[in-house]
Amino acid sequence: MTREEIIKTGDVVYRKPELLNDTPMHYCPGCPHGVVHKLVAEVIDEMGMRDKTIAVSPVGCSVFAYRYIDVDWEEAAHGRAPALASAIKRLWPDRLVFTYQGDGDLACIGTAETIHALNRSENITIIFINNAIYGMTGGQMAPTTLLGQKTVTCPYGREVALHGYPLKIADIAAILPGTCYVTRQTVDTVPSIRKAKNAIRKAFDYSMQGKGSNLVEIVSTCNSGWKMSPEKSFDWMRENMVPFYPLGDLKDTGKE
Amino acid sequence: MGKILAYSGLMEGKEVTWMPAYGPEQRGGTANCTVIVADEDIASPVLSSYDVVIVLNQPSLEKFEPKVKKGGAIIYDSYGIMNPPTRKDIRVFRINAMDTAAQLGMTKVFNMIVLGGLLKVCPMVSIESVLKGLRKTLPERHWNLIPMNEEAIRKGMEIIEEVK
Amino acid sequence: MAEKEVSLIKGNEAIALAAIRCGCDGYFGYPITPQSEVLETLAAQKPWETTGMVVLQAESELASINMVYGGAGTGKRVMTSSSSPGISLMQEGMSYLAGAELPCVVFNCMRGGPGLGTIQPSQADYFQTCKGGGHGDYRLITLAPSSVQEMADFVDLAFELAFKYRNPAMILADGVIGQMMEKVVLPDFKPRRTEEQIIKECPWAATGRMGRKTPNVITSLELQSEVMEQNNLRIQEKYKRCEENEVRYEEYKCEDADYLIVAFGSAARIAKKTIALAREQGIKVGLLRPITLWPFPTKEIAKLAKNKKGILVLEFNAGQMIEDVKLAVECKLPVEHYGRLGGIVPDPDEALDALKKMIK
Repeated sequence: MTREEIIKTGDVVYRKPELLNDTPMHYCPGCPHGVVHKLVAEVIDEMGMRDKTIAVSPVGCSVFAYRYIDVDWEEAAHGRAPALASAIKRLWPDRLVFTYQGDGDLACIGTAETIHALNRSENITIIFINNAIYGMTGGQMAPTTLLGQKTVTCPYGREVALHGYPLKIADIAAILPGTCYVTRQTVDTVPSIRKAKNAIRKAFDYSMQGKGSNLVEIVSTCNSGWKMSPEKSFDWMRENMVPFYPLGDLKDTGKE
Repeated sequence: MGKILAYSGLMEGKEVTWMPAYGPEQRGGTANCTVIVADEDIASPVLSSYDVVIVLNQPSLEKFEPKVKKGGAIIYDSYGIMNPPTRKDIRVFRINAMDTAAQLGMTKVFNMIVLGGLLKVCPMVSIESVLKGLRKTLPERHWNLIPMNEEAIRKGMEIIEEVK
Repeated sequence: MAEKEVSLIKGNEAIALAAIRCGCDGYFGYPITPQSEVLETLAAQKPWETTGMVVLQAESELASINMVYGGAGTGKRVMTSSSSPGISLMQEGMSYLAGAELPCVVFNCMRGGPGLGTIQPSQADYFQTCKGGGHGDYRLITLAPSSVQEMADFVDLAFELAFKYRNPAMILADGVIGQMMEKVVLPDFKPRRTEEQIIKECPWAATGRMGRKTPNVITSLELQSEVMEQNNLRIQEKYKRCEENEVRYEEYKCEDADYLIVAFGSAARIAKKTIALAREQGIKVGLLRPITLWPFPTKEIAKLAKNKKGILVLEFNAGQMIEDVKLAVECKLPVEHYGRLGGIVPDPDEALDALKKMIK
């Protein structure tokens, strides 16, 4: 039987978004990046924006995001994605412009660009994958690493005296007058994935409506870096990450 | 004043450069600028010696008096200067521009009084060109001030005196 | 023909006004002496209300150059400006721009270094500009204006070259040219390209797919060394073409000269005065002024040097361009350097003394 014979139109209960291509992803098995990529692709498809999207990928695990979602992309230097996106949106106001960044990229080396782009009220969306660790470089401490959390550069656990406190970027973003919508989501269960998708849609809609800057944080996992099975990682995330990075909307001024 | 002089040169179709001292001077030290008006292309806009120097305060006098070319001229306003120029191989002119401007109630055109003095000593451009330059650079709503400027230039030409 | 209007403006103002006139789509910058007039002039002119040009004061030079990267990746004519320390911060971005083969214009109004240094004029960024600065094998097309008129003219030229070769172009001037006022005839207005034109002229740009079959991706990343080598070779091939076609220079009183001064930018103006002084004393000396510092007029200097007795390289630095001059003449004749450091502009007399010393 051919693929077409198996998948008859009437039998289809689910299909991946058209914009998500067939390139095998380089992400570790169990990594939530794939899920978030799918949500982003779905939302762009549903908004009918495939021809008018310019996306910016970061340095980090999702550096190759441009290989998987078939829109135009620019790959930024480490931390600078919001600067690129600011310029792109100003130069092409009718395009959907978003960045896709991890915590090392966004909350550390690119904090300045992040805060200033958000507070300039650029009509962009920042999708922020927070897994509390540097994934690509091999599991080093991130600014978002929890107190007590072990990484290869804080092998005895993060402690305040040595490493300072974990940084809550979304909380900072929410108090900036330039932001419109700031939310914290996760993608560990079907309901949470649906919620995350709605959040991305809302953020993209607001940025197209010129309502200001939007930050969608996805509290995430890194089973390789955390040295746990994917399943265990989600448990650990729920037990440790979510209490410190509570889920839900932190700000939504775009409603009416 | 330097800019006005440069514009006046421009009005006469001459080559001109205006080079400011920028940076910390603008922020509260002494300031200076170099204006070159020439009939041919100007090579360097930065000079190490000058035909005519106008100094309005003591530190500037100390800095620039040694840099006046032999046979050149220095013009100073006694208001800001305790120790006047001492060189004997240059011509020295005094202009009491600040006092005069205050007396006439035209402190805003103090610089034009000094410019008048300069044009008396060294007529490198005509008064007409200066006024033309002003018309060119001032927004039209300020053109009513031009006669006052002209008066100031003429006053400067009148009051400048050579110190022997 | 109507006579063109002559204005008297600063070099930095000329850059800003020329940008508006040459169809520039966006300027992203951060204040630093001695070039802040570029951003100030643009802000005062409000080109977003006339030509539609975007002007944005960024939070840092890092952000500026990466905004330029973002804009350049979409095929727009975008630029930034800064001065030496700020340009140092931009080096990462320049490398990425060159690596992703993006056209843009960067204006560096040089001041004395190293470090925070001084705000006075300098030419000490020659190495940084022409020999790298950022990481990797790349070049910047570099134009060195020596008058306010050239500042005005080189903005459009830099954009043309940048787009022709899909590479960043640098306008390398210093505090003298940036701060001085001089006569200038501004270039004619040229409209900004429409989005349709950009999409047509820049089929590589990330403009949004707009019906294109495959997405465009702007990146300098390639993890497979074999492919990365090919990318590098392609870029080097482009640089070779640029070297063959884009060398620009000025010859001044070289025909009968026994000696040669090689100088760029404002140093070339000092050199012209030195030449006048030297000729008064019977020393026949001419000037070769490289206008493109990269590609460097190597062949032209070699040819010109054939019947000369010596070359003086006059720079506001400790001796940087002299290396390229020596390479050009293969050390077949004496090549000496004269320069002042730390923001001091040398006198024509000092340069004349240096010339006489070399002649002895």
